[in-house]
Amino acid sequence: MSLTLSESRSKHLLADYGVPVLPERNARTADEAVGAATELGFPCVLKLCGDAIAHKTERGLVRLNLGDEAAVRDAAVALLDAATPDDGDVELLIAPMVRGARELIAGVHTDAQFGRCVMVGLGGILAEAIADVSFRLVPLERVDAEEMIEDLATQALLGPFRGEPAIDRDALIATILGLSELATAQPEVVSVDVNPLLVVDGRPVAVDALVEMRGTD
Amino acid sequence: MQPELSRQMRSLFDPRGVVVAGASSHPGKFGFVALHNILSQGYAGQVYATNRDSGTILGIETVPSIDDLPADAIIDLVFVCTPASANPELLAACARRGISAAFITSAGYGEAGEAGLKAELELVALAAELGVLVAGPNGQGVISTPSKLCAQIVAPAPPPGHIGVASQSGNFVSSFQNYAVQTGIGISRGVSAGNAAMVGVADYLEFYADDPETNVGLAYVEGIRDGREFFDRLRAVTPRRPFVVLKGGATAGGQRAAASHTGALASDDRVFDGMCRQAGITRAATVEEAFEAAATFATQPLPRGPNVAVVTTAGGWGVVTADAITRSPDLTLAAMPDDLRAKIDEKLPPRWSRNNPIDLAGGETRDTIPEVLELVASHPSIDAIIYLGLGIQSNQAQLMKDGPFYPGDGLERIVGYHERQDERFARAAAEISTATNKPILTATELAIAAPDNPGPRTVRETGRLCYSASNRAVVALGHLRRYAQWRERRGLQ
Repeated sequence: MSLTLSESRSKHLLADYGVPVLPERNARTADEAVGAATELGFPCVLKLCGDAIAHKTERGLVRLNLGDEAAVRDAAVALLDAATPDDGDVELLIAPMVRGARELIAGVHTDAQFGRCVMVGLGGILAEAIADVSFRLVPLERVDAEEMIEDLATQALLGPFRGEPAIDRDALIATILGLSELATAQPEVVSVDVNPLLVVDGRPVAVDALVEMRGTD
Repeated sequence: MQPELSRQMRSLFDPRGVVVAGASSHPGKFGFVALHNILSQGYAGQVYATNRDSGTILGIETVPSIDDLPADAIIDLVFVCTPASANPELLAACARRGISAAFITSAGYGEAGEAGLKAELELVALAAELGVLVAGPNGQGVISTPSKLCAQIVAPAPPPGHIGVASQSGNFVSSFQNYAVQTGIGISRGVSAGNAAMVGVADYLEFYADDPETNVGLAYVEGIRDGREFFDRLRAVTPRRPFVVLKGGATAGGQRAAASHTGALASDDRVFDGMCRQAGITRAATVEEAFEAAATFATQPLPRGPNVAVVTTAGGWGVVTADAITRSPDLTLAAMPDDLRAKIDEKLPPRWSRNNPIDLAGGETRDTIPEVLELVASHPSIDAIIYLGLGIQSNQAQLMKDGPFYPGDGLERIVGYHERQDERFARAAAEISTATNKPILTATELAIAAPDNPGPRTVRETGRLCYSASNRAVVALGHLRRYAQWRERRGLQ
């Protein structure tokens, strides 16, 4: 048996290993959500999270680009209403709205033959169709992380792109090495999915994340 | 590698004497073919054979069992063609004689269901207890050119060289050896791992890593029982030698059951590819690419940088080669340095391309090609050369020799001139490569269309591979550059 961590818990774990995440807040009620949004600034994003919720976008549990308190309140009420008994314990996650033209993907996978490996590649909704990704076995050296970025076929996306600066290679390398360290230090982690790893002003940020752990039984 | 295993491996590859167990008088049987191949390829050690009914086979007086061999016979290797059921007793008898390696061709083991697997496990346990190395079972054999040993139940006998082959499929040992025969780039050792019951591809590659006769390993793998162990073991030896791997089953789909995007993208092929990059393993996509990569490692120096110059006697060849270099993730079409351009200007009329590709455009005279090769190879900003156009004059010479006018009308003289020139050019390419310690790869389809053409023939005589197409030379050179860069980035000299 394996269990998935909520987006919020997943990101906390990733942040512990240097994977860049956004400053986010959790809230149980619409009032708390409005307070958190005011603190973070507008526009913001609201998501409904829980350990049993794995596919938020498909269920419409993500609300983007909320510009003021009223919008946050309406979204919070709607999301809390959308929770089903199967979802178990849920909470709201409030994050600043960030934009970037480029979506990467990164993760950890447990391969049946080679054990745990780290992946980086082109992300977003087309990730699986394009499949421009590169793997290395854990643990990685810095040179391995550099080479796996070079392995990607779509090198043009790594340079300056549509008015955005080139991707900060050091930051991307740090993200890859962070995933490697996480896998090394946490043997019970079966998989990590960071999709998208959004490129904001040239720097990668984990906008969504899902960590899967081996269950205690 | 453990000293005992290393010693047993030497018994397998360089035995002082060989006995074929289960030799047959029927030329269609493995027990005959194996004895035939050992005897016919010049193996210098003593050869013995067992046969239930005794009798003489191929001039060898057989004995009914291992125990009946002469007491003073020095034998290190038994080549086993007996049925699986006879093998435990056979191994015990061999161990009593001090035989420390067995190549087992017998089928009926792990490939043959549960009972076979049980027999295989028992055989391995017995061999370990006896101190006998078991290669195979269900394999095609072993060759070792330093010992002129051709102990295999298939052809060919490859020429000597420095490529060490290990394969999970015996037929790929034959394939690589056939390429060795065709190209002249020879083999040091070759072994079919068979069911790899006791030792597998990784063990053979580890032996090659320290084998003075081998300077590159070439392997075919399908299933790898423990991928992580394979990675760790290969990574430990790639700093010592390049290893080229061809993998079967590479296009297996992703693990669709995976819950995560990462898992769905983690196809066997992509993980294997990343593993190879990380371990410094050269992964080839096809059989000929694998052989040519190994042949290039065996015969050319490693390029110290990515910058490739193309030297050609005709425009179109240079253009498509430049395209191939540009597409390569590991190579760069070198920018033409001004001082090099000025130096070549002194050698050629102004119609030459004055850029890279260096198209001589028919402006060459007697000494131009060796002179230009030397100028380009000596330039510090050029790391490698691909040379095109060798043999075309000799190809015309052949047409003249075959025509009705030869040797009159001055044909004999011009034919001799062209043939000497192409020999000279091929030799110059090898000599300049050696002198500058930079790879110079010669490519022409004449390598296969007219292998006796003095151009490609002389390339073979210099011990180098004559590539049958420039794109294949580019791919091989890309593999060398990738490995060289893997070394450089990890501080290996």
